[in-house]
Amino acid sequence: MSGRTRTIRVETLARVEGEGALTIKLHGDRVTDVKLRIFEPPRFFEAFLKGRHYSEAADITARICGICPIAYQMSALHAMERALGIRIDPAVRLLRRLFYCGEWIESHALHVYMLHAPDFLGYPDAIQMARDHRAVVEQGLRLKKIGNRIVRLLGGREIHPVSAAVGGFYKTPAKSVLRELEEDLQWATEASLATVKLVAGFEFPDFEQDYEFVALAHPEEYPFNEGRLVSSRGLNIDAAEYEDHFVEQHVKHSHALHSVVRGRGSYLVGPLARFNLNFDRLPALAREAAHTAGLAPPVKNPFRSIVVRAVELVFACVEALRVVREYEPPAAPRATAAPRSGVGQAITEAPRGILYHRYALDENGLILTAKIVPPTSQNQKRIEDDLREFAAQVAAWPLEEATWKCEQAIRNYDPCISCATHFLRVNVERE
Amino acid sequence: MNSERKKKPRVAVFKFASCDGCQLSLLDAEDELLAVAGAVEIAYFPEASRAMLKGPYDIALVEGSITTHQDAERIQQVRRQAKTLVTIGACATAGGIQALRNWKDVTEFIRVVYPSPQFISTLKLSTPIAEHVPVDFELRGCPINHYQLIELIAATLAGRKPNIPAYSVCLECKRQGNVCVPVAHGTPCLGPVTQAGCGAICPAYDRGCYGCYGPMESPNTASLTSQFRILGQSDQEISRAFRSFNAWAWQFRKASEECERA
Repeated sequence: MSGRTRTIRVETLARVEGEGALTIKLHGDRVTDVKLRIFEPPRFFEAFLKGRHYSEAADITARICGICPIAYQMSALHAMERALGIRIDPAVRLLRRLFYCGEWIESHALHVYMLHAPDFLGYPDAIQMARDHRAVVEQGLRLKKIGNRIVRLLGGREIHPVSAAVGGFYKTPAKSVLRELEEDLQWATEASLATVKLVAGFEFPDFEQDYEFVALAHPEEYPFNEGRLVSSRGLNIDAAEYEDHFVEQHVKHSHALHSVVRGRGSYLVGPLARFNLNFDRLPALAREAAHTAGLAPPVKNPFRSIVVRAVELVFACVEALRVVREYEPPAAPRATAAPRSGVGQAITEAPRGILYHRYALDENGLILTAKIVPPTSQNQKRIEDDLREFAAQVAAWPLEEATWKCEQAIRNYDPCISCATHFLRVNVERE
Repeated sequence: MNSERKKKPRVAVFKFASCDGCQLSLLDAEDELLAVAGAVEIAYFPEASRAMLKGPYDIALVEGSITTHQDAERIQQVRRQAKTLVTIGACATAGGIQALRNWKDVTEFIRVVYPSPQFISTLKLSTPIAEHVPVDFELRGCPINHYQLIELIAATLAGRKPNIPAYSVCLECKRQGNVCVPVAHGTPCLGPVTQAGCGAICPAYDRGCYGCYGPMESPNTASLTSQFRILGQSDQEISRAFRSFNAWAWQFRKASEECERA
C-alpha cells in the first residue's frame, strides 16, 4: 500500500448552522489526524446572563440559536421553575409539548429536505435539487411551514417566539384556535409517512459504530421536557446530577467545548439516541413506519439518522394532533412564585439532542451563575470519532468524493455550530 | 429584443457573530423561496449550499456583529465584493445581544465560559457592521421579518427605495387593535421607542415590547424612562430593559447608561 500523505480539507462546511471547518490527514489509508474546527466567534452567553433577572433568561438564551430557540426557552424555563419551586398546570405542559412539536417539525423538515437529502441525491443544495425533484422539495417546504405555523400560532413568530414565560405562557390560545391546525396536521402526518418512505430508499454507506446513546426517557411518552437522563451503558440520573457525570473539555482547535462522559469518553445525543432508548414509547404509526423502513433499535449507522428524523416527524405530527384535540385552556396562563435564592437544572430534547441549563439565583431573582451545554458540543467529540473511522473507509477515493462524503458524515448530526460556541469548516488533508 | 437571457443578479449571504436566525428567515419564506431562487442567483449561502461561488456579488446580506480580528478583516473583503451591502438583523445592525460584553471586561468573560482562556482570541467590543464599512441598508429585528427581507431584495433589484417604515411599534398596535399594555395593565413596554416591523407581537401576547427591532427614527427615551419610573420600575430594571438585543444602538445605550448613573 502506498504511504502517500493526503489532506481532506473543507474550509467552510456547508448546510450546517453556523461556521466550522474540517481537516483530516491521511497517510495511505490510515487516518493520522481529524480536527473539526469550530471558528464561530464566541459570544459569552453564560457570562452576560450574570445579573439578569430570571424572567429574561428564556428570551436571551433563545438567541443562542435561531434554529432551535424553543429548546433554549424550554430548558431555561424548566430550570427556573425548578429553582423557584413552581409547578406548571397540566394544560401548560400539553401546550409546551405542542410548541416543541412545532420546532421539531420545522427543524427536522429543514434538515431532512434542505440540508441532508441533497447529499444522498447528489446536489449541492435543495434549490438545485428542486430543478429535478420539485415535488419533493415542495413537500419538505410545506412540512416545514406547518411546523412554523404551530410555533407562530403559540408564540407570535417562527424565530425567537415571544409567548413562553416562567410558569407557563404570557398568553394561552383558545381551544378553537388550536383546532384550526387539525387539517394541516393530518396532511403533515401523511407527508411525514411519505418522507420516511422516501429517505429509507436512499443509499447508506456500510458504517456502524458502538455508541453510547444518551437521551431523556419518560415512562409513558417520547421525551421532550421531562424524564430521567439515561444511556445505553446504564446511566440513569436526574438532571441535577448531570455535571457529576459529564465534563466539558476545552481543545485548542475549537471554540466549542467537547463534552465527555466521565471515565468513558464520547457519546451520542439526538434522534438516534432518542429512538434507540425510547422506541416502545413512539406512537404505533411511527413504530410501523420505522418497521416498514427496516429500522429496529439499536440503529448504529449514523447515516440512517435521516430515516430516524423522518420517523420523529411522524411522531411529532401525531403528538401535535393529539394535543390539538385534547387541549383545554388552563385556568391561568402561568403560575407565579416569589423570587428566592436557589439552583435549578433542566434537560430538554432539542431537535439535535439534549440541552442542559443550570442557573443559580439570588434572593431577588437575579442570576448568579449560568451553565449551558448545547447538543452539538456534546456530539462534537463523537463526530470526530466517527470521522476517524469513516475517513479510513473513503481514503482511497478521489479527493473531491471523499471530501463530500466526510461532510455528509458531519451532517448526520445536524450540527448546530451557532449553538456549540455559542462555528464549522471542514479540511481533509491527504499527505 | 435581445434573445440572450438576462444575467440574474447575484446574491450572497455572509455570517459573523450571530445565531443564524436572520439568514434562516430566508429559508423560512417557504412560499417565496423557490420564486426568489428563480429571480436571483444565490451565489454564496453556505448554510443552504455547498456550491460557493466567488464574487463580485450584486447584493450581500450580512448577518452578525464583528467580534474578532479575523472578522474585522473579512468584512472589508465582503464590502469590496459587494455592489449593495445590506445588514440583516440586530447583531449586524447594532452589535446584538453579545454587545453586552461592551460594558464588561471581556477577558473576565472568557474565563467564565472557557477553561483554557489562552485559546480564545477576541475583540474587546461587539460592534455593528456600519462601524467597519459603509452599509447601504440596515434591516432591523431580532430576528428580521422575512416579508421585509423579500421586500428589500425586490426593491433593490428594481432600484427603488424599500417600503420599510421607521415609525414605532405603537402604530402597529393601534392598527391591529391591540390593548395598550402599559396603559391598561401597567406593564412596562418599549413599544413607543422601538421601530415597527415585528407586527407588535409582544403586546398581542399580553406582554410589553422588549425592543428587539431597536430604536425608532426619533425615540424619546427620557420620557419613556420617566413613565417606567411611574410604573414602579427601578433604575436597574430600566437599564436592563434598554440593554438587550439592541443594547449598543446609541439611543438605547445612552438611555441605559443614564439609568445606571441615576
